Amino acid sequence: MTLVLLILVPLVGGVAAWLGERSRAGGGRRVSLASTLVELVLVLALWVRHWGEAALGAGGPWLEVYQRAWIPELGVGVILAVDGLSLLMVVLTAFIGVMAVLVSWDEIDDRVGPYYACLLWVLAGITGVFLALDLFLFYVFWEVMLVPMYFLIGIWGHGNRIYAAVKFFIYTLVGGLLMLVSIIALALAHASATGTLTFSYVELLGTPMTSSAAMWIMLGFFVAFAVKLPAVPIHNWLPDAHTEAPTAGSLILAALLLKTGAYGLIRFVVPLFPDASAALAPWALWLGALGIGYGAILAFAQTDLKRLVAYTSVSHMGFVLLGVYSWNALSLQGTVMQMICHGISTGSLFMIVGMLYRRIHTRDVTEMGGLWRAAPRLAGVAMVFAMASLGLPGTGNFIGEFLVIFGVFPVDAAVTVIALLGIVAATVYSLRIIQTAFHGAAPTDWRIADLDPREIVMMAPMVIVIVWLGLWPGTVIATFAPALEGLLHLVPSLVIGGF
Amino acid sequence: MTARELTALLPLIGIAATSIVLMAAVAVRRNRTWSLTITLAGLAASFGLLFAARTVGPVQVTPLLLIDGPALFFIALLIAAAVVVVVLAADYLARRGTQIEELLLLLLFATLGGGVLAASTHLASLFLGLEVLSVSLYAMVGYLRNDGLSLEAGVKYLVLAAVSSAFLLFGMALIFAETGRLELAALAGLAVPAGGLHGLTLAGVALLMVGVGFKLALAPFHMWTADVYQGAPAPVTAFVATVSKAAVVAVLLRMLAVTGEPGRQLVLLLALLAGASILVGNLLALRQDNLKRLLAYSSVAHLGYLMIAVVAGGPLGAEAAAFYLAGYLPTTLIAFGVIAVLSPADRDLDRLSDLRGLGRERPLLAGLLTVALVSLAGIPLTAGFVGKLLVVRAGLGAGQWALALILVLGSVLSIFYYLRPIVAMYMQPAEDGAAALPPAPMAAGAVLVALLAVVLWLGVWPQPVLEIVRETVGRL
Repeated sequence: MTLVLLILVPLVGGVAAWLGERSRAGGGRRVSLASTLVELVLVLALWVRHWGEAALGAGGPWLEVYQRAWIPELGVGVILAVDGLSLLMVVLTAFIGVMAVLVSWDEIDDRVGPYYACLLWVLAGITGVFLALDLFLFYVFWEVMLVPMYFLIGIWGHGNRIYAAVKFFIYTLVGGLLMLVSIIALALAHASATGTLTFSYVELLGTPMTSSAAMWIMLGFFVAFAVKLPAVPIHNWLPDAHTEAPTAGSLILAALLLKTGAYGLIRFVVPLFPDASAALAPWALWLGALGIGYGAILAFAQTDLKRLVAYTSVSHMGFVLLGVYSWNALSLQGTVMQMICHGISTGSLFMIVGMLYRRIHTRDVTEMGGLWRAAPRLAGVAMVFAMASLGLPGTGNFIGEFLVIFGVFPVDAAVTVIALLGIVAATVYSLRIIQTAFHGAAPTDWRIADLDPREIVMMAPMVIVIVWLGLWPGTVIATFAPALEGLLHLVPSLVIGGF
Repeated sequence: MTARELTALLPLIGIAATSIVLMAAVAVRRNRTWSLTITLAGLAASFGLLFAARTVGPVQVTPLLLIDGPALFFIALLIAAAVVVVVLAADYLARRGTQIEELLLLLLFATLGGGVLAASTHLASLFLGLEVLSVSLYAMVGYLRNDGLSLEAGVKYLVLAAVSSAFLLFGMALIFAETGRLELAALAGLAVPAGGLHGLTLAGVALLMVGVGFKLALAPFHMWTADVYQGAPAPVTAFVATVSKAAVVAVLLRMLAVTGEPGRQLVLLLALLAGASILVGNLLALRQDNLKRLLAYSSVAHLGYLMIAVVAGGPLGAEAAAFYLAGYLPTTLIAFGVIAVLSPADRDLDRLSDLRGLGRERPLLAGLLTVALVSLAGIPLTAGFVGKLLVVRAGLGAGQWALALILVLGSVLSIFYYLRPIVAMYMQPAEDGAAALPPAPMAAGAVLVALLAVVLWLGVWPQPVLEIVRETVGRL
């Protein structure tokens, strides 16, 4: 029942925020903050409740399951479940949700009620994506998170927002529809083999298919998740969407939406289609390497700070492709670690850019400089996350990238080398942010406020979490490792013939 | 005629009786309120009589009509849509300063014709039903006789629909020449051992399909649709887009089910029509700046999606088509209903630029139109999504991979133009000097909100309607 609540709280909270804002100005954000905090408490309670089990992997892979019929005519059920992996993703979602409300606190002054409603509905959709274990339900949540996000970008975004919003919608929808056809094809393949039509993930595992059918069906899923991830040739929506979205939109896009793609690859693509995934693995590894390099080079070429951070996401998400398609314990642990840490660190960078923009009304790094003296606390926080972004030991990102590299090396050494070069490039662009924006000569005499208490309350947990993940990664690894072992048990290796 | 047959016919008799009562009432004295009351009460009573007809089970009434589950299901859809159109038209025509009585009469005739179509098992009743429907529509489309666009649309519809009827008739003549029979069932068992049909019959059936293609506005027979949709008064457009399409789909489903194997040989032809409609409709809709024209081309595409289910055939295909229609009708009615409600006295509010700023000025109507567009786009939790899902399932189940992928391609294209009104409503400020919008009427608003509830209900909890569809249309 907790699982249903996790989806209902933001869903109802969105409606309440809309109504709250109508009755009193400023009511919307308070209601939103309250519901995201409730969500966070619920999720943390869930985590604590299953602490030991998750660590020991006792009681099967699923910590909690909620199941009931929805459309029996089509074999569709409401199946929600958490294992360590989805639990951590939901924790991340709830945590970032609180930040997204806080970051919007003063930024949004137009149509406030609908804004918070959209924000919370996106969160509800994302939570649903991480919890759904019925493919039909999964697809429903997949699209549900798309529509309010479209409005967030299109209504409350910056300059070129309509273009960015439509582009985002179309890219995601293309992937989504291909996935829908694949989902139906998979269910029909299962029905023709067993005689029952079902969309349940657990039952669809191991559906017998011809290898060419499996390949095509798998590609439908892969494209949907690769668009969200994003993998390089289909990443084009991301820089526009991130740049034009309001700060909370960029935060949710970077920290959460991209993770749904990564989660989909781990949860669905490989376990449902092990053989087809093995055939795809060498290509996917190269796509990942391409993404790491290409994203890093483009990030370096940007002058718009938000665009720069957006391209670093492309680069960092390349590691996810590497990790997933190496498919061994180390690489998978690194991948999940990378997903969480990228969410925190890149999300924070977007928040910092948002704060800067509110103060100096530009995102162009060439117009910045010398901001350290004007706003030392802001600059200090930026420094922390720039370091995290380049994978400095002591931050969680280091653990993630390090584990992925360890996992990939035995699978493909050449790709590993490229990935390492990508980390070097990350050092260059991360330091460039700090150098050009915060050091150097100030073009004007900056008279800007440093972090105010609300912003400190917002950034402090982010700093604490990223350092905590870097120094004591064991706490989260213990939670998701059993889930990954379960997946590795299903699909031991993607290397054809083993190694 | 036995009592059982009479009971089965009661819904159609109800509609016919309503039109006669209305005609008599208007002859005595014109009164808008009375006319509306008679029409709505008559339609409601006819709807209620459907349940009486259902109790007597499938009844073949003369060789012409078969009142069975599918017929009753489609007649129910037609009557419900007609009721909505009546409510929309009442307010719309009052604002235009035009009398409503004749429109109500025509609408009742047209609904009757649609009902006959849905129940027909004979080429004669098929033609009769279609003509009663079409002839009423000519006058309805051109109803605003002081409006050039409306008249032009009426004449265009008259000419093209007459041509398509000619095709249909000639096809029937060819079939009659070959077989000497006019029942739809006569087409069954005509397959020659080589697997094909007799030449003349084949030509006849192909001509029938041309006629049907015209009525459904399937590409390449879609040329009339944008002009007629744009020119007709918004409530009439809603009627054309829903009742006339649903009735023809109903008879097409029956034709294919009754004729059996020879009907299946039309699959290739229908598959081509489906694919062409999806692509042509979506591509042409991309370039429209008029919401009614945009929806016209979108309807071409949607009928293409629907044809995938028809092509797939079998109970699954028929059920998918029926559910698709059950979702498509309320969605389309909302879209045209919002236009009707918003239109000022001199023209229809149908340019995309007219919609700017609507999200602020009329949040409820803007929200209604948004949900309708989202449902047309096939986003989950709306009726459009479940319909599309069923169509894809039927299509993949029948091995129509290419059509399923064309559907995906079409849906992606369609997003471009479904988002445009949404962008205008929420993301662009109102134009300076835009005319003030008329106040929204209560009755029409309430009906639109009820339709919204139906669209969301079908999207979130489709199970009950899926069961009804399986019980009725699945038995085709």
